[in-house]
Amino acid sequence: MRYLPLTDADRRGMLAAIGAPSIDALYADVPEPARFDGPIPGLPHHAGELEVERRLAALAAKNVPAASVPSFLGAGAYRHHIPATVDHLIQRGEFLTSYTPYQPEVAQGTLQVLFEFQTQVALLTGMEVANASMYDGATACAEAVLMANRVTRRGRAVLSGNLHPHYAETTATLARFTGFDLVTSDPAPDGGEDLAALIDDRTSCVVVQNPDLFGRVRDLSALAAACHAKKALLVVVVTEAVSLGLLMPPGDMGADIVVGEGQSLGNPLGFGGPYVGLFATRERYIRQMPGRLCGQTVDGEGRRGFVLTLSTREQHIRREKATSNICTNSGLCALAFTIHLSLLGEAGFTRLAELNHALAVRLADRLAAVPGVEVLNEAFFNEFTVRLPVPAARAVDTLAAKGVLAGVPVGRLLPGRPELDDLLLVAATETNTDDDMEALAGALAELGS
Amino acid sequence: MATVRYTEEHEWIRVDGDIGTVGITEYAQEQLGDIVFVELPEIGRQVEEGGEVAVVESVKAASEVYAPVSGEVTEVNEALNDNPALVNSDPAGEGWFFKLRIDDPNELEELMDPDAYKAYVEGLD
Repeated sequence: MRYLPLTDADRRGMLAAIGAPSIDALYADVPEPARFDGPIPGLPHHAGELEVERRLAALAAKNVPAASVPSFLGAGAYRHHIPATVDHLIQRGEFLTSYTPYQPEVAQGTLQVLFEFQTQVALLTGMEVANASMYDGATACAEAVLMANRVTRRGRAVLSGNLHPHYAETTATLARFTGFDLVTSDPAPDGGEDLAALIDDRTSCVVVQNPDLFGRVRDLSALAAACHAKKALLVVVVTEAVSLGLLMPPGDMGADIVVGEGQSLGNPLGFGGPYVGLFATRERYIRQMPGRLCGQTVDGEGRRGFVLTLSTREQHIRREKATSNICTNSGLCALAFTIHLSLLGEAGFTRLAELNHALAVRLADRLAAVPGVEVLNEAFFNEFTVRLPVPAARAVDTLAAKGVLAGVPVGRLLPGRPELDDLLLVAATETNTDDDMEALAGALAELGS
Repeated sequence: MATVRYTEEHEWIRVDGDIGTVGITEYAQEQLGDIVFVELPEIGRQVEEGGEVAVVESVKAASEVYAPVSGEVTEVNEALNDNPALVNSDPAGEGWFFKLRIDDPNELEELMDPDAYKAYVEGLD
């Protein structure tokens, strides 16, 4: 698309076409005191390219990027190694420039990738069907609750207190504006959360994260049974997709809907996005599933082909009566996910998960040996919670100044709960070396002394 | 012979005492094309005249089915769950959607009789 600024003649022509005397007249509805006139104060004078580069580079240098220092950040976004092949392939013009297909069948390559993506997500989660991706894990979670409300024709969802607060907040936003109830339990970093007790005849679903916010790994089979006894659905949230290489798939534990964040495969931290939401469910609920779905079929000559299927309930056909407002997907991020997972293969993916877990165990042992530091988790995948002798937010600031990103303070995610302020979430992935771990343990030891 | 009445939205209702059986018309199934799914209401649900009760989905579109009159849903055609194509093959018979207990028989007066509906459909072409 070319971008050409408008000429005065263009502007006059457009104003004449709509019958407006001037551009200002278009803003007549904006109250006078709310209008701004003249140059914006405080902005520097325009500068040349070199000056701008220098200025921006100096600003960027104030960051401590997770990619360049020992980093133990996690809490829903994980630093993993991305093979160079992923970046190379997703930058092919056929993939990079295509948006969600509205005349989909001309883009067979795009559809085949989405079909492979769905297959991978269904296999990873242990479910029967997956869609062609959502915006991110948090919106996928909110959509899962809406779907459970449709399936059960009920309007009250139970959220685990150990669900990532961003996911809970996104769900709460939808609840507020679409009018369903949420019951949220308190965070339980030491475990012992009893969600089954919160299920009643009005409950549409229970939303639980595994591993949870504090890194705890749980068997959800009993909770699934408790949900089903009350005709409610179990929604399982996975924020670290790599965990699915080692843990029992949520589908095998009785989940009805599995949603997750797919960033860990193929997608960089990128200061928080764009990411890719995963969404999988049972085949019997397929018509209530939001989002796009790609299907495999044969053409008139019997050759394999791909189509968008079950589109009749989507926004561009059903308008306001659509199953969901989502009518797009994170196509490029899903592509990166699929390429990365395909490069790993099943054995490689399992090995990656085992490596993550082994390094996290090593880190937990190392940190447990630091005086004053206590590891809370009995079971975890690649992330766990430690109790520090000092407030975690202060410790993180101190260590960041030394070039170590120690993790995410729980108090930053769950503010206003002083009992959580000394808790720190620490993640280890295949990117963390022994030197990284020594740097963290050493710096934490200095805090206590 | 039972009384059959029609709506402008192409539903039919066959009245038998205070129970009405509801489906969509031959014209409607023809317009929709191959029916692939029917979403039926819950038994016991109270519906208002003109309210959305069911959803019929074809290869082309998904459309609402409206209640011709007010009443309580007493029965649904479970056979459509396994074989939604019954709506195509026999819309006025085996392809019925649901039955309801009619609140107010006077509401039937608003609907079209077979001759009026026939004329209405002819007027659409």
